[in-house]
Amino acid sequence: MTTITADGHIDDHAHDADHKPAFFQRWFMSTNHKDIGTLYLIFAIFAGVIGGAISGLMRLELAEPGIQYLQMWATNHNAMMGGGEASMDEAYHLWNVLITAHGLIMVFFMVMPAMIGGFGNWFVPLMIGAPDMAFPRMNNVSFWLLVPAFILLFGSTFVPGGTGLGAGTGWTVYAPLSTSGSVGPAVDMAILSLHLAGASSILGAINFITTIFNMRAPGMTLHKMPLFVWSVLVTAFLLLLALPVLAAAITMLLTDRNFGTTFYDAAGGGDPVLYQHLFWFFGHPEVYIMILPGFGMVSHIISTFSRKPIFGYLGMAYAMVAIGVVGFVVWAHHMFTTGMSVNVKMYFTAATMVIAVPTGIKIFSWIATMWGGSLSFKTPMMWALGFIFMFTVGGVTGVVLANGGIDDNLHDTYYVVAHFHYVLSLGAVFSIFAGFYYWFPKMSGRMYNELLGQLHFWIFFIGVNILFFPQHFLGQQGMPRRYADYPEQFAYWNQISSIGYAVMLVGVVIFFVNIGWSLLAGRKAEGNYWGEGATTLEWTLSSPPPFHQFETLPQIK
Amino acid sequence: MTHFVKAWILAIGLILTPTALSAQEALPSAPVVEPAATSGLEAADVPAVAETTASGLDPALYTPMKPTPGIGMPVDGNIDFQQQFSPTGETAHWINNAILIPMMFGVSLFVLFLLFWVVFRFRRGANPDPSKTTHNTFIEIIWTVIPVLILVVIAVPSISLLARQFEPAPEDALTVKVTGYQWYWGYTYPDNGDFEIISNMLSPEEADARGEPYQLAADNRMVIPVGKPVKLLITAADVIHSFAIPSAWFKLDAVPGRINEKVLQIDREGVYYGQCSELCGARHGFMPITVEVLSQEKFNNWVRANGGTVKGEAAKPAVAEATATAANETKTEVAPADADAATN
Repeated sequence: MTTITADGHIDDHAHDADHKPAFFQRWFMSTNHKDIGTLYLIFAIFAGVIGGAISGLMRLELAEPGIQYLQMWATNHNAMMGGGEASMDEAYHLWNVLITAHGLIMVFFMVMPAMIGGFGNWFVPLMIGAPDMAFPRMNNVSFWLLVPAFILLFGSTFVPGGTGLGAGTGWTVYAPLSTSGSVGPAVDMAILSLHLAGASSILGAINFITTIFNMRAPGMTLHKMPLFVWSVLVTAFLLLLALPVLAAAITMLLTDRNFGTTFYDAAGGGDPVLYQHLFWFFGHPEVYIMILPGFGMVSHIISTFSRKPIFGYLGMAYAMVAIGVVGFVVWAHHMFTTGMSVNVKMYFTAATMVIAVPTGIKIFSWIATMWGGSLSFKTPMMWALGFIFMFTVGGVTGVVLANGGIDDNLHDTYYVVAHFHYVLSLGAVFSIFAGFYYWFPKMSGRMYNELLGQLHFWIFFIGVNILFFPQHFLGQQGMPRRYADYPEQFAYWNQISSIGYAVMLVGVVIFFVNIGWSLLAGRKAEGNYWGEGATTLEWTLSSPPPFHQFETLPQIK
Repeated sequence: MTHFVKAWILAIGLILTPTALSAQEALPSAPVVEPAATSGLEAADVPAVAETTASGLDPALYTPMKPTPGIGMPVDGNIDFQQQFSPTGETAHWINNAILIPMMFGVSLFVLFLLFWVVFRFRRGANPDPSKTTHNTFIEIIWTVIPVLILVVIAVPSISLLARQFEPAPEDALTVKVTGYQWYWGYTYPDNGDFEIISNMLSPEEADARGEPYQLAADNRMVIPVGKPVKLLITAADVIHSFAIPSAWFKLDAVPGRINEKVLQIDREGVYYGQCSELCGARHGFMPITVEVLSQEKFNNWVRANGGTVKGEAAKPAVAEATATAANETKTEVAPADADAATN
């Protein structure tokens, strides 16, 4: 990557740059990309806590065979809505509500807001030398659409959804379970929640594309653009092309449910599998939407802590473009067991494997960046190193699952759960933590506590591996996903997995202690607290940056 | 609650489509979704048909086989796949263990080794002055081409495995129609008089009494002959289910309105367990699949015990006719019967 330095003196201590609006105006009517980014991050942390707590409930119930808590929880849940003691079916339904909420929250309300809304909003304008996003008010709309979306999803768990309260369709919302199989307003609310979240993301994507194409500082060609900006650009295009397909798919769900259409009902000439094609045409690009900004962040972190420019910058940028493009033509590997013909299965097997090549380029380029560097192992670097290895492990199990013939046994088992948690919970989330520690002092003006950061990393790293690695074994032994209870032959690894959750939880607690400590007592951060190696434009500004930056545009050499 | 539902539907209708016509059309959709709600309540144990199979089978013709511990079922603490008993399953298992697992370990350990090496060799203490290298065309070509070659090595056996999995069943293969219901399985034998077996999960006590694993064992099993390709026609009556037998490397979705076909062949007599593998509502985890594989002779006896007809053998007309009628009635009435039972 071309080293980017601001040319000449930037007058950021301009006279009216720091006139912040009053509290309500600043946080509720914001047009400032940094404030909106902060809102997104707070929102993502909040949603992450809820989504993570739900997975805690699930691991608690799954720690032993048999139903230990579910019926009690369902009864309490009923009681909130004035209902009586829960039947077993209501308890099992609650399980499906939990898995559905966990998936939707983590995807739409944690990872995406953190990466694109949070870090994207904060650092894309800073890195390209722009004063703000192209459409500041639309930016605000994007964020505030997420809030009602989350309220709708949360509210859906308290209204009837078929066998019990809440939408128990899984995050994939497959028809006909989500149409004729779930009576009541819960699924409608969940669908509308997805509509709003989707609209929010589409507006955000338009904003990023416009900003990146039109507001780069003079001299910053596309090929000099920082990799994080590249990653957000590719992500924005994926969002723009994929989300309307989801919107169409779930709108048809809604009309099937409420207006008597039969898009997904064979009895009326429709097809349940059509829904899956539409969903995964969105759903597969979605997984790259969740990981690409992470790729971008990890690139910067590796480069900074190696004091060395990124190796193979163009290869890195175009590998992301390639992943984005190929990501659109592999969707049906999520549907290998739906009864596709042999030729279709062969095509999707081969196409899916192709993605391993650009991903491999990225992994090796990161290692080559470190090669010959001068490495220090601050917390963000530890997360980035952890990311590289864990993402590799998640990647190789992805190559296994890509084989249509092998997937016949692994499909919808815990092997798949382990795979996508390795690339998301240990991939995307590691990169979010990496980016958070990397930029937290820049955003808050306070250094985080290094010891707590290291402790957080190691405990979390050990915890999630104990949590998810045994799930490969469960999957190979045949344990299906989305089961509230399991035969006792699956007891051993499930118990280990639940212990892993407890370990991980300790790590998360340390993370929050660290945030609190840093905000209250952290020492003040300089403009470029990482020193030599941190070369992008955000490091030319103070920490935190002024309320309005780059009123005089920086010149890129 | 129903008020609430209808009010909600109406409200949505009014919001989304302002014309009165659409709002009216919104209402009739409510009955369409109604039956699913009623079927979800208290346990409907076994629909009426099952009486003719479970306890009523002539012990001289058929007694349920005991499963072999550790065969056809998961083993606690095990890390490998279940032992495979189908030809394609053995191949797939071999591909996984001989090609894919070495690939996974090779790639992961290689990356781990490189990471440890750069962490050790290029730590700031050991290498205070970083190099400025940012390009090396040769190595970039290498790390593009080698993964491609690895993938080709994987793709060749993988694609041929797919081709084998899709080989059609021979003309004379036995056909079994598998139907997923919320939340049990139905197995129909169209070649043998079209009788239907309804298969529900055994309670913990029953499973214990029969010496079978709870949550894997069903009251009435799907029975097939050993060592022969069996043509399974898989569909569902309500929502999507998925028919899976891990020890035969077999999984295929049961989609309402579609009939999926796949060949199942198991080469050893015994009992094999599987579980529904597509989220299908509340009792998704409680509709196991139990397959019993018998010699052709014993299979024929099992068919006779169910009142079915054995191919190439003149059936006793009275019994056959009665069974066929019963089976036909069963077929059409199973789902409503269950729904009725469920509301009780």
